[in-house]
Amino acid sequence: MTKEEIISAGGSKVAAKPRLLLDVNMHYCPGCSHGVVHKLVAEVIDELGMEDTAIGVAPVGCAVFAYNYIDVDWVEAAHGRAPAVATALSRLNPDATVFTYQGDGDLAAIGTCETIHACNRGENIAIIFINNGIYGMTGGQMAPTTLEGMKTSTTPYGRRVDLNGYPLNITSLVKELDGTCYVTRQAVHTPAAVRKAKAAIKQAFINARDKKGTSFVEIVSTCNSGWKMSPEKANKWMEENMFEKYPLGELKNTVNPK
Amino acid sequence: MKQHEEEVKLLKGNEAIAHAAIRYGVDGYFGYPITPQSEVLETLEALMPWETTGMVVLQAESEVAAINMVYGGASSGKAVMTSSSSPGVSLKQEGISYIAAGELPALIVNVMRGGPGLGTIQPSQADYFQAVKGGGHGDYHLIVLAPASVQEMADFVGLGFDLSFKYRTPAMILADGVIGQMMEKVVLPPAKPRRTDAEIEAQCPWAARGKHGRKQRNVSTTLELDPQAMEKNNIRLQETYRKIEQNEVRFEEYMTDDAEYLLVAFGCMSRICRKTIEDARAQGIKVGLLRPITLWPFPSEAISRLAERMKGILVCELNAGQMVEDVRLAVEGKTPVRHFGRTGGIVPNPTEVLDALRKEVIK
Repeated sequence: MTKEEIISAGGSKVAAKPRLLLDVNMHYCPGCSHGVVHKLVAEVIDELGMEDTAIGVAPVGCAVFAYNYIDVDWVEAAHGRAPAVATALSRLNPDATVFTYQGDGDLAAIGTCETIHACNRGENIAIIFINNGIYGMTGGQMAPTTLEGMKTSTTPYGRRVDLNGYPLNITSLVKELDGTCYVTRQAVHTPAAVRKAKAAIKQAFINARDKKGTSFVEIVSTCNSGWKMSPEKANKWMEENMFEKYPLGELKNTVNPK
Repeated sequence: MKQHEEEVKLLKGNEAIAHAAIRYGVDGYFGYPITPQSEVLETLEALMPWETTGMVVLQAESEVAAINMVYGGASSGKAVMTSSSSPGVSLKQEGISYIAAGELPALIVNVMRGGPGLGTIQPSQADYFQAVKGGGHGDYHLIVLAPASVQEMADFVGLGFDLSFKYRTPAMILADGVIGQMMEKVVLPPAKPRRTDAEIEAQCPWAARGKHGRKQRNVSTTLELDPQAMEKNNIRLQETYRKIEQNEVRFEEYMTDDAEYLLVAFGCMSRICRKTIEDARAQGIKVGLLRPITLWPFPSEAISRLAERMKGILVCELNAGQMVEDVRLAVEGKTPVRHFGRTGGIVPNPTEVLDALRKEVIK
């Protein structure tokens, strides 16, 4: 059978590469969560018919090249400044749906000020926040979200709270801000989690489009390279360790209250 | 406010910036309070242009956020600006470097106060180096305009944006605290409407404002890991700067025709020097003035030409000697070049300048 025949056989196609995911090699490590989340963002933009109106803001960090993978207009921000960049894009282009895609070093360390104030102003943007507890791009240094005892290249004997402070739960913090309308914490380590994460990302994009305030979707993620684990072991380690400090679930929803 | 017609007003320099921005059809202003320029943001908030022209005005959480808002807005082809004063402009340097690297149009206003550090809120011209030599990281230049009157504060908003869009490079109005705070008569131009989306798309086909049916996506980025491609980007920037140097040098000469001595000064110092020249000529000393209007590109050729027939040059600045280096480079030793400067927020009187001319140059 040819590739086309397999794909079209008996209408049995259940999954495909999203139309807006560009046909290029990704630089992400095998097993990294970014690839899955990129796919979900591309699917959501397509399903919501936002190809022509979405503007993405890329971070500095592993996702710096996000603009090479998803076929919409992008602005590549300086480290941590994506929420400020998105603020202006959103206010100056009211017909656009503006989203940022940021890691934990970018969003919760150098960009904490921009993150908190964009959320507090209730900017009509969607923030997709990848939390893998480490600086992946620069070689696995401690992030604000690094767990206590976790080894990184700058905490080679494990994070000590007396030296390095506590892991920062930024998502719980932004939940308290009046400007956020939707705050949720998801993961993409199982098919069920992927489906939930996609629904969350979709809700965030709808909220941004409908000018409901700031939507904040944390995806608790793995960095198997930085954690120095196999992808499978990294998923297990995340479930056993990360979810305790960063429990999955909806933290706030003023748009569709349960 | 009668925005549709020309209007004569008595305004502070900072207020003139705000009025001129609205009338030019600026799309967005992002600022943060700092003395002595807070009137720009205050005036804009009081005039509420979002209700007339649709201009966005936002008080950001920091100068860093404000300049990154400018970067975002500029990336989508909008006419956007920020203003601040020296310590705040230091904070903006990261974003300014990105805007220059991204080949984006934007206007940055620096109403200088004395430094270094937190310094003083009194006037200064000590950010000359920062403005004309780059300021942030990497090889780039800003188009730097130095107003010497409230009228020029208003006029340079339009000029700054025109040049910035023409060359796709950020422009800076480098004013001093005197020009920002003093009140003068100013003629405001009739208001232009903001550009429509279609006009922005035509003027800025590179803008990341949503694809809107475009086949190719637009990406505003300053990252390029391939050294060959990155050098090409740098060469393209340098080619733009050479064009700006060829076409956009602006300066003003005052009583240079028969002058034997030359003063070189910008901003408020040039106003003081005019009075010095009046006093000197009453005493039979033939002095003229060259006032750079663009600090970058610098009027090197004009200064070199004048240096041929001068007995000496005195560069007068509210700093410890910054522009004097560029004057010396232009003069190439053809005539002595000396510096007179006050710092700490002290503004000298014309007699001090004349005394310095006698002591340092005439001898």
